[in-house]
Amino acid sequence: MAMFELFHDPNYDFIGRRKWAYIISLLFILTGLGSMVAKGGLRYGIDFSGGTLLQVRFDKPVPVDLIRRALETVKMGESVIQEFGDTREYLLRLPLGAVSPEEVNKQALAALAKEPGLGAPEVRRVEFVGPQVGRDLQIQAIYAVLWSMAGILVYIALRFDMLGGLASVAAIVHDVLICLSAMSLTNREMSLPILAALLTIIGYSVNDTIVAYDRVRENRTRGSRRKGESFATQINTAINQTLSRTVLTALTVFFTTAVLYVFGGKVLEDMAFVLTVGVVTGTFSTVYIAGSLIVDWQGWWQRWQAKKKKKVVAKA
Amino acid sequence: MSRHLGVRIAIVAVVVAVSLWYLYPFGKTINLGLDLQGGIHLVLGVDVDKALETHVERAGDTVRAELQKKGIAVSRTERRGVGDLVVQLASGQNWDVALQTVGDVLPAFDRKEADQGAGRITLALKPREANEIKTLAVRQGLETIRNRIDQFGVSEASIQQQGENRILVQLPGVQDPARAKALIGKTALLEFKLVDDKVDPETALRTGVPEGDEILYQRRVDKQTKEERRVPFVVQKKAYVTGRDVSGARVSIDQNTSEPYVSVDFNANGARAFGDLTEANVGRRLAIVLDGNIHSAPQIRERIPSGRAQITGGFTTEEATDLAIVLRAGALPAPVQVLEERTVGPSLGADSIRQGIVAILASTALVFLFMLVYYRLSGFIADVALGLNLLLLLATMAGFHATLTLPGIAGIALTIGMAVDTNILIFERIREELRAGKTVRGAIDAGFSRAFKTVIDTHVTVLVSGLILFQFGTGPVKGFAVTLMIGIAASLFTAVFFTRLLFDLIYMGRHKLESLSI
Repeated sequence: MAMFELFHDPNYDFIGRRKWAYIISLLFILTGLGSMVAKGGLRYGIDFSGGTLLQVRFDKPVPVDLIRRALETVKMGESVIQEFGDTREYLLRLPLGAVSPEEVNKQALAALAKEPGLGAPEVRRVEFVGPQVGRDLQIQAIYAVLWSMAGILVYIALRFDMLGGLASVAAIVHDVLICLSAMSLTNREMSLPILAALLTIIGYSVNDTIVAYDRVRENRTRGSRRKGESFATQINTAINQTLSRTVLTALTVFFTTAVLYVFGGKVLEDMAFVLTVGVVTGTFSTVYIAGSLIVDWQGWWQRWQAKKKKKVVAKA
Repeated sequence: MSRHLGVRIAIVAVVVAVSLWYLYPFGKTINLGLDLQGGIHLVLGVDVDKALETHVERAGDTVRAELQKKGIAVSRTERRGVGDLVVQLASGQNWDVALQTVGDVLPAFDRKEADQGAGRITLALKPREANEIKTLAVRQGLETIRNRIDQFGVSEASIQQQGENRILVQLPGVQDPARAKALIGKTALLEFKLVDDKVDPETALRTGVPEGDEILYQRRVDKQTKEERRVPFVVQKKAYVTGRDVSGARVSIDQNTSEPYVSVDFNANGARAFGDLTEANVGRRLAIVLDGNIHSAPQIRERIPSGRAQITGGFTTEEATDLAIVLRAGALPAPVQVLEERTVGPSLGADSIRQGIVAILASTALVFLFMLVYYRLSGFIADVALGLNLLLLLATMAGFHATLTLPGIAGIALTIGMAVDTNILIFERIREELRAGKTVRGAIDAGFSRAFKTVIDTHVTVLVSGLILFQFGTGPVKGFAVTLMIGIAASLFTAVFFTRLLFDLIYMGRHKLESLSI
């Protein structure tokens, strides 16, 4: 029977090469963390830091310097100006000031209108988040991430075992760190939609891990395991057996997030970016991280047990 | 599992019919979020402490009047902090009567301290009363804002309490956000106060105001130069008539200047107070104060018995209309402050919808094609199931009146990618069973039943994070969680139940089944 197959009876040694996977992941995360430190931390959008965001569109393309000069005349502190899509449209991020957000908007728009060569822009979007709301959202965001990890830990621990739960959560933390690193390297801000994307990745990236675990268990109960097969081999076999599933399911989701990134418009771009990175790293972490961690853990545990036994024997 | 074909077909038919029924008429049944149709999302914080302060100050006035009625001289009453009231008597005489009266008149207060030697009684608002006042302030504020918005004429506005003292206002499709915000956020406390002509404002600014007076400003704009000046007035603190006594307000046009002004009607109580006030003070100036700013200070020429007053002050027609609205709807019991605002203009909303539709169509096409190429006929079955999934997703949203937001569109796109995952899990399993040498029929059976457990697992984890996101999220993000959860849940029906039905219909009827297009 002819089938279109991505992998035919794959038998790659994933677990054996896990050191390389660890190194690649660590390098990427360290680079990301380094860029965060260099940039003074992860950049927070106004959802979390508070402030005013104006999305304005001019009749014609305008240079960013003109906008900067215009805003400098009102002296409202450090504002961020960012091109949005093309040179007609800009995002202006104004800091929280002593005056009301209404006043901040009015002053900024008046300054733009006054600048010759700019003209009054169309205001496409206004977002204001007060300092109190921003703080509330920050705390809630941390809780949301922790709760969903806890939920998944509990579910996997109940369905499989504690070790599997912990390894899955470790893989999730890995995926979130990779996403945050990618955001920092591409200068993206943490916002509510990005948080939504991260939570989705948390729920999704564990999917493939479950599929692989399921296979390990099934192989054991069916007794298809050859006698004396090491735990590492069992995991490696399961990953290989489910490899096409893991890659194909990720591929369809990758298609949609990539399309969203390209066609979904500027407002959704960051969210789509994080989803795309998350899907890729989620697959990687299923194949390389989640299983490998269990193997290393198991090995460490056995050595420790053996040592303990030796001690007991020595005492006796 | 392959039996009961008739029942299963009927179930699918009913689901499709119900979905279409909920979606009819097409394009009108799905609520669009403010980020798609344009509009204002406001979170207002009610300054409940201010409501308490006002309450305490008013209690001070009441107790002073009551004590004086009993012949006990009060030198002053004063609010301390938020909820404390100090009543300073002229002397410690009639001490017991004074204590008795204070207790009777102000049952909402506890006596904190009573110093006969100093003639001073300190009271504190009972915590339960304070809570009640706060709750009431938020509820009244909400009602007042609803009233104003109704009169302003926004259809499908949503005004809800959020948390303890926040009000969430959502106005779809408003063309002039700044005006709407001004209308909602204005406290609109109207007061009529007498101008103290004995004191020169400039002198008072330097040397301080006499007891019982305060300085308020009038904003004057020069018509030629557009320059703004703030003119100080010394007025009595006591407000003789307030916006509470207003029964109606409307916009009129001055015949001579053709400038709009607001004509205010008082209720019986207000008309009497206004009549008395104007009768006793002919020749003096009466300041019309709105939210602490003087609008005008005309001279009282004669007693005004009609219970009607005019507020002039160089309004535009729009300003006059809005002022009439807020006066009719009443003042907010406590000032409100904008804590969060998200306004999307109609043009951006339209762009977002267009890009969203393109993104959904493109990702559907890509996934559709991929499944078709990779799994052939089985892929086509999965594609039909995907179509049903989208139908169910939209129908469920219409049925529950859920709101589609821009991140919600991202959720739909994601659902497309994730819904076929279930089919991939099943198909890969079927292939594996085939490779292991099972018959086609056996492989299909085993594929569906073995993959089912895994499918449930993967759904649970996505739903867990979806639920948490829904719990946490505001507006747009909530829309994302909603579409994702509905889509994922619907895929259980479409990718498992419905796909299986199609498989059975196509393959199970055949006597000789040797190959499977997968």
